[in-house]
Amino acid sequence: MSIKDILINGNNGGLDHEGLSPLQKITLRFVVVGLIFYGVAAIEGMLMRGQEITPLPFIDDSHFFAIMTVHPIVGIFGSTYLLVFGAFLFLVPYLMKKPIFSIGLANFTWIIMSVGTVLVWLSGFVYHYAPLYTIYWPLPADFTQFSVVGAVMFVVGIAFIMIGTLAFIVNIYGTVFYTPKGQKKQPIKPLLMSAFGIDGFLNIVNKIRGKEPYVKEPPLSLPIVAIFRGTVDTFLDALVILGAGLLILFFIGNHVFQWGLHYHSVDALLYKNIFWWGLDLIADGLVLIYVAGTWYLLAMLITGRNLFMQNIARAALLLELIVSWAVWSHHLLSDQPQPEIMKLASGEMITAFELITQGLAFFITLTTLWLARPLKMTNELKFLLGGLLGFALAVPAGIIQADLGMNRILHNTQWVAGAHFHVAILVGLTMTLYSAIYILFPILTNNSVKLFSQRLANWHFWLHLLGGIGMGAFMGMAGIDGMLRRHVYTEGEFLGYMILAGICGAMILAAWFIFMFNIIATIGLKGLIGIFKPSQLKKDVIVPETAAAVQKG
Amino acid sequence: MTTSAEVLFALKVVYTIYAFAIMSLIGWFAYRVTKKPETYKTWLTPKVFYTYLGILVVVGVGIHILTYNKIPWVAWELKKHKIPADKEINITVKNHEFIFPEQTPINIKCGEVVKFNVVSEDLTYGFGLFRPDHSMVFQMQVVPGHNNELLWQFHEEGTFYVLSTEYSGPKGARMKVPEAFKVVGCNKQVSMEGRK
Repeated sequence: MSIKDILINGNNGGLDHEGLSPLQKITLRFVVVGLIFYGVAAIEGMLMRGQEITPLPFIDDSHFFAIMTVHPIVGIFGSTYLLVFGAFLFLVPYLMKKPIFSIGLANFTWIIMSVGTVLVWLSGFVYHYAPLYTIYWPLPADFTQFSVVGAVMFVVGIAFIMIGTLAFIVNIYGTVFYTPKGQKKQPIKPLLMSAFGIDGFLNIVNKIRGKEPYVKEPPLSLPIVAIFRGTVDTFLDALVILGAGLLILFFIGNHVFQWGLHYHSVDALLYKNIFWWGLDLIADGLVLIYVAGTWYLLAMLITGRNLFMQNIARAALLLELIVSWAVWSHHLLSDQPQPEIMKLASGEMITAFELITQGLAFFITLTTLWLARPLKMTNELKFLLGGLLGFALAVPAGIIQADLGMNRILHNTQWVAGAHFHVAILVGLTMTLYSAIYILFPILTNNSVKLFSQRLANWHFWLHLLGGIGMGAFMGMAGIDGMLRRHVYTEGEFLGYMILAGICGAMILAAWFIFMFNIIATIGLKGLIGIFKPSQLKKDVIVPETAAAVQKG
Repeated sequence: MTTSAEVLFALKVVYTIYAFAIMSLIGWFAYRVTKKPETYKTWLTPKVFYTYLGILVVVGVGIHILTYNKIPWVAWELKKHKIPADKEINITVKNHEFIFPEQTPINIKCGEVVKFNVVSEDLTYGFGLFRPDHSMVFQMQVVPGHNNELLWQFHEEGTFYVLSTEYSGPKGARMKVPEAFKVVGCNKQVSMEGRK
């Protein structure tokens, strides 16, 4: 077979999309669109890497910062949110063995979030609207630098993404709590106790007191608890971001209709506190909680055994939720008007708990795997180990900069962007998601496809891992040597580091192309298009019975 | 007196060692997890788990205790209301420009306690001092509508330039004041704590 035939028809006939349930199809839509947005974000990242090496002729300062603005929004909301939401909208019904609350709402979610991401991207590409993702007040309302149309497009795009996020949340909570027709109604109280991890906490208390466990079999499995818990942060974060959008929209009206309100009527420090409280619910809340939950799920699926120290893991997820509400001040350690007590308590001490909660998840996952030796080094296992390594590198880097002394000389340097959040997202989060994709792939495709090339999967793994760590390391070293993350350098001050970081960035981009080629060659373009066609099966089917039987077998 | 250059060098060494150690650990784990164990008796007991938990707590808190004792500007920050300044430099930022109170370079004597007060009249900016080799001496955020004050005591001679360390739109992406401050007379060591 020629490459062209393989790409069109897939490996061994490709994906049999006609046998997929509506839920499987919708999940795959989330995944496909999320992976495309990942590629867009990777190309944007590579453009910025190129610009840091030598100014590109088609990119001026306003365009460069427009790319820097949309890059995290396409990467986080367009890609990661869609991949995570798609996986969780499948996993919650799958693990709870009941249909999803609303198929229509799930379909609406990926569509409106995709449209929102495209609008944000256009606001940068066409109008060079560039307040960055931090949107520090009053920059997003500075219409001496930005166009009104670009600002409107940006705000509407973000609003669409957040509306999609709220739709996802409704669907998750709905699925956890509703009782499908014909099933026995479950009381709400034990479900809530389990969802918040209180039962795990009470189990520990009872064990210390020498009593029987509060509950032997919690009604919700640990991954569901993590999804539920992370979704609380996702909800609060969506409210804060929507609030910031409304404020910007109000000042757009103020500018257009001359209402006469000065932008200094909004206190920039208070705004920054509220904004970071909300945004940190992503970075330090839902990401860490969702990631911990995904690690637990992957470890259980890979080993086929229960998690090591399960009750502690449940209680730690509750702790992580509370910690995530109180850590935002580490973003304001260099803001001199910020009260010192906030810097010490929220910025340093509570933030240090993230080392503990994430360290626990790291230990529990590795121990669960270790106790199940010997394991086959499958794609899901190797990507999971890559994800664990990513967070093991990135979380301590974050803890280091969340210190009054270190922040004074690291804040807004390339250290933050490289060693901390790019390693966390690219290596830690993305490799965890790749692991989830590999493990869910047979379930979502009814075992109807065989991976086109294991050799390409290995290339993808090594290029992504080494590229991600390398890029983070060279950016981080440039940061230690003084390179800022949002400044234009023109005299080759950090050229050596930037060339090396650029090479590593190119490896990450190449890894994505290899992965996409391998996946398309596996399912075929016909199968890919078929994912977007309506399913012939009933809405309440999660996985067709025959496929489920094969998986069990 | 420890300078930021020394702290940054220590960070580079310590973090590089840590990075290689954790990569080696995961590499070793990946190799061994595929091998059949010689015995199924395990040392991974709850006791080991709680010991590990204790180590995490010690490391998490210990980092801050260590920096408080080893990095001088942490105490300057926390005690800034009690430390009198020898020299006050008021700087305004407006329309993506730093407005200095006198012609640059502004001379600072070694060991002098300098209070930088930077005020923005429009956007959020940053205020950072850099050595000629581009490494950072210190930085702070400049939030509009507030006094942004920072105490610093220089213990290294040289000429330092200023960059805005916060993005204020494309117009502010190259904000720089070359040779903004000149520190002289660093032949004796003076500690801010001792001075107080």
